[in-house]
Amino acid sequence: MPEKTADKVETTVATDPAPGAAATEAAPASAKARSLWSDAWNDLRRNPLFLVSAVLILLLLVLAAAPGLFTSASPRDADLAKHFLQPPNWGNFFAADWLGYDGQGRSIYARVVYGARASIMVGIGVTLLVAVLGTAVGMIAGYFGGWLDSVLSRVTDVFMGIPYLLGALVVLTTFEERSVWVVMLAMAFLGWTQIARVARGSVITIKQADYVVAAKALGASTTRILMKHILPNALAPIIVVSTIALGGYIAAEATLSFLGVGLAEPTVSWGVDVSTGRQQLRNAPYVLIIPSVMVSVTVLSFLMFGDAVRNALDPKLR
Amino acid sequence: MTTTAKTADVPAPRQDGDFEGPLLEVRDLHVEFVTRDGVAKAVNGVNYTVGAGETLAVLGESGSGKSVTAQAIMGILDMPPGRIPKGEIFFRGQDMLKMSNEERRRIRGRKIAMIFQDALSSLNPVLSVGYQLGEMFRVHQGLSKKDARARAIELMDRVRIPAAKERVGDYPHQFSGGMRQRIMIAMALALEPDLIIADEPTTALDVTVQAQVMDLLAELQREYNMGLILITHDLGVVADVADKIAVMYAGRIVETAPVHELYKRPAHPYTQGLLDSIPRLDQKGQELYAIKGLPPNLTRIPSGCAFNPRCPKAQDVCRTDVPQLYPVTERDGAELAGRGSACHFWKETIHG
Amino acid sequence: MAELDKKDEPARNAVDETPNVTAVNTVEARSEAEAVVALDAPVDRGEPILQVRNLVKHFPLTQGILFKRQVGAVKAVDGISFDLYQGETLGIVGESGCGKSTVAKLLMMLERATAGEVFYKGQDITKLSGRALKAVRRNIQMVFQDPYTSLNPRMTVGDIIGETFEIHPEVAPKGDRRRKVQELLDVVGLNPEYINRYPHQFSGGQRQRIGIARGLALNPEIIICDEPVSALDVSVQAQVINLMEKLQDEFDLSYVFIAHDLSIVRHISDRVGVMYLGKMVEIGSDEEIYDHPTHPYTQALLSAVPVPDPEAREGRERIILSGDVPSPANPPSGCRFRTRCWKAQDKCATEVPLLAVPERFKDTDSPVAHESACHFAEEKDVVHAA
Repeated sequence: MPEKTADKVETTVATDPAPGAAATEAAPASAKARSLWSDAWNDLRRNPLFLVSAVLILLLLVLAAAPGLFTSASPRDADLAKHFLQPPNWGNFFAADWLGYDGQGRSIYARVVYGARASIMVGIGVTLLVAVLGTAVGMIAGYFGGWLDSVLSRVTDVFMGIPYLLGALVVLTTFEERSVWVVMLAMAFLGWTQIARVARGSVITIKQADYVVAAKALGASTTRILMKHILPNALAPIIVVSTIALGGYIAAEATLSFLGVGLAEPTVSWGVDVSTGRQQLRNAPYVLIIPSVMVSVTVLSFLMFGDAVRNALDPKLR
Repeated sequence: MTTTAKTADVPAPRQDGDFEGPLLEVRDLHVEFVTRDGVAKAVNGVNYTVGAGETLAVLGESGSGKSVTAQAIMGILDMPPGRIPKGEIFFRGQDMLKMSNEERRRIRGRKIAMIFQDALSSLNPVLSVGYQLGEMFRVHQGLSKKDARARAIELMDRVRIPAAKERVGDYPHQFSGGMRQRIMIAMALALEPDLIIADEPTTALDVTVQAQVMDLLAELQREYNMGLILITHDLGVVADVADKIAVMYAGRIVETAPVHELYKRPAHPYTQGLLDSIPRLDQKGQELYAIKGLPPNLTRIPSGCAFNPRCPKAQDVCRTDVPQLYPVTERDGAELAGRGSACHFWKETIHG
Repeated sequence: MAELDKKDEPARNAVDETPNVTAVNTVEARSEAEAVVALDAPVDRGEPILQVRNLVKHFPLTQGILFKRQVGAVKAVDGISFDLYQGETLGIVGESGCGKSTVAKLLMMLERATAGEVFYKGQDITKLSGRALKAVRRNIQMVFQDPYTSLNPRMTVGDIIGETFEIHPEVAPKGDRRRKVQELLDVVGLNPEYINRYPHQFSGGQRQRIGIARGLALNPEIIICDEPVSALDVSVQAQVINLMEKLQDEFDLSYVFIAHDLSIVRHISDRVGVMYLGKMVEIGSDEEIYDHPTHPYTQALLSAVPVPDPEAREGRERIILSGDVPSPANPPSGCRFRTRCWKAQDKCATEVPLLAVPERFKDTDSPVAHESACHFAEEKDVVHAA
């Protein structure tokens, strides 16, 4: 019953003054066009969770796009003689020796700054690939139904049955050279199933809506119905699942790199650094801890971001 | 009585057992909801009373506050976003809004029961109806499983579900809409409450089934001498069963009257407009009378009388002064029992 | 789904029902282009514009996941025939599950008929597809029941109405479309400045006006209304009904008005058909059906309508039917209403009553002489107080 109350109030509140004459009396604020997206944005703007995570993500994006702005040191310059496992100089903000040096005499601060790019790229890239692939499969299966749905759903089930990390391990070990692109494609190849299921479910609900029937009655083509009516309405859950999954992909990339099947030297990545840092865990724990913290903070920001977006786009899920 | 509730005396201290007054009395109830667009004032000072064996119909359109009032009485309002800034709800003389959750829970279901519009979503789809009916007896009266089941069959017979014995193990989706509503009624009746609140009990049903269910409800009410609050938007359904009617608009009661009186001589322009806007079954009319405009936005209720932007009789006073519920009298001043109208021009409305 | 007639042909009783309607002058189009041209020809007032013949829709019930086999069918519409005349409103009433909404979908070609024909200006549209079907759609439009789900929440009002012109670009040139949308908003009584607003910014009644504007955009001849006011508040229902009547006069529209509210149907309709369990049981002018009903189901339905007038109510006889509507997957043999009918006899279980003017009334001029599918049709006034 609680849901009913909320609904009732919402519908009555949505009621705008009156047509014709009374419209001119309406407060100017309510006369503005207000799409569901802009309503969601209004909600987001007031959500501290969203603001904190958005600032963090923005910072990470700038870090990834222009690492040169943050440090003049190079992440690949190694001086074993001078800097071997030199501990952090905490007071010396943003300098090359701020976070210390690793076992090969490289500035950890520089590596953290430059490592952001790989993590963010993999995270965003995999998310986009997964969203496009999953949405396409889910939409086709959900809209057309019948044998096409049966086939696509079985394929989805098969992929879903593969344990993610094990699958990625197997796929990635077949590659000699593992660039960022290879890792991204391999992860997307195994990861699209969740979005496909979400998309299929919401498309099946939406295709029965009267506005879709109305478009059919007007003689709209299938492409128009899919692109104009179904996709925009199915997008909200897909966006929600995607943003929450993004953090997971970053964590997965770090895990794979740590296991030695993800990114590898000379690519600069937090996962790679965690992997090398493990050898000095006893005498220089900061070499491992600092990149790990970066991964955690990034994953957490994206999870928080996804949570806030979900609350704004679909208040019923709360 | 209800007409002048605002000026009525504060009730004397009451004892629980042998209370003489009305079963339920709502006094100056206000309910608000905090929404994205501001505070929606759903209920703005509602007063009504229901006695044992009496049927009060609360008539109103969506957003009139009729269901919110009922939810406040049942204590099932979502708070937040809802809140009750003002008002009292006396059940047998005790203010339920001042009770602890535990006390209220004891009243809910046992003393006051509710029937909802949508029986399918009010019943648990994974439990058999026999189990759900029996649960009332197991939880509230501590009956054994077997006894509870026997009572469930008895109840299903009582609401005239054919072959109750065979169907007691069936699930809600195996029943038709009318039968499900009967099960809802059976559940509400299970503990023989003093008061039943029925929120649009027949709206989702077909006309031929509507009549069956309404008759059943009226009959059971007489038999158990219960109070009944019937919440509806359908002027036709009300005409059949109610004793008195309260018409709500924008969270206020705008007219109260015994049922026959209301249809014969409405004393509020809103009621008059509603009655005129329904097409007749027994004659082909010309153009329908339509109340102009739309129900008000509850976050921006018009000043003065909330109905004034839509009212054909509106004058300046209607835009500034909120009309109280005036007692309605005959032309010569003779009292009309139970009649009230919250209109500055009630005389012109009823006496033409 | 106990006993299923395996040999059950979809149009089993279909042929028997033909007598109640006039012959169709079919138009045989030799090419698609010719078909499209034929549809633009005007129809005189009072001539049939839409003729439905033995229309059947069975939804198959299947079992099994991989190898689906049909185990029966829901006989949603089981052989109905009627005519819609140019400029009139034909009301179709019935309770939920009687198949009236399926009729709407069939007329709109949103569902393909299992059997039977729908002739629009003499041309069977049930077999059309592609360009010819699109041309028909221009002339037959629909207004939906639920104003909350029939408008795409992500589109502005301007886009919702304007989409019709994108789908049928020949109706309005590109530069003209915004103005046309604003005109339409004005016609249905909405402020044209609301063009950039979204559906959730409107109330139910306003949304239904938007739905009507969308239906009108292509300047159709026929509008199928599926419960257009049942989701609206009483005070708003009258506004929308009045609007629909005004538009009918203004644009010379023919309506098929499907609803369960008998009072509203009487108010708006010229003729009324009563449906029960996939069949049309009685059809006639509003006076014939409401003041002189001869089918027991119609009588029961009318007597059950709650009337907002306690005094008129008291003098009326009420027929309270026992039981529920049987499942359309397994309807009773013979007359489908016999399981709830107080007049039922052995004959009713074996012989399907035809929808025709009953033999005994054939020679009278009185309004009793209208089509009624009952073996024991007799007049009974249940609407007026005794």
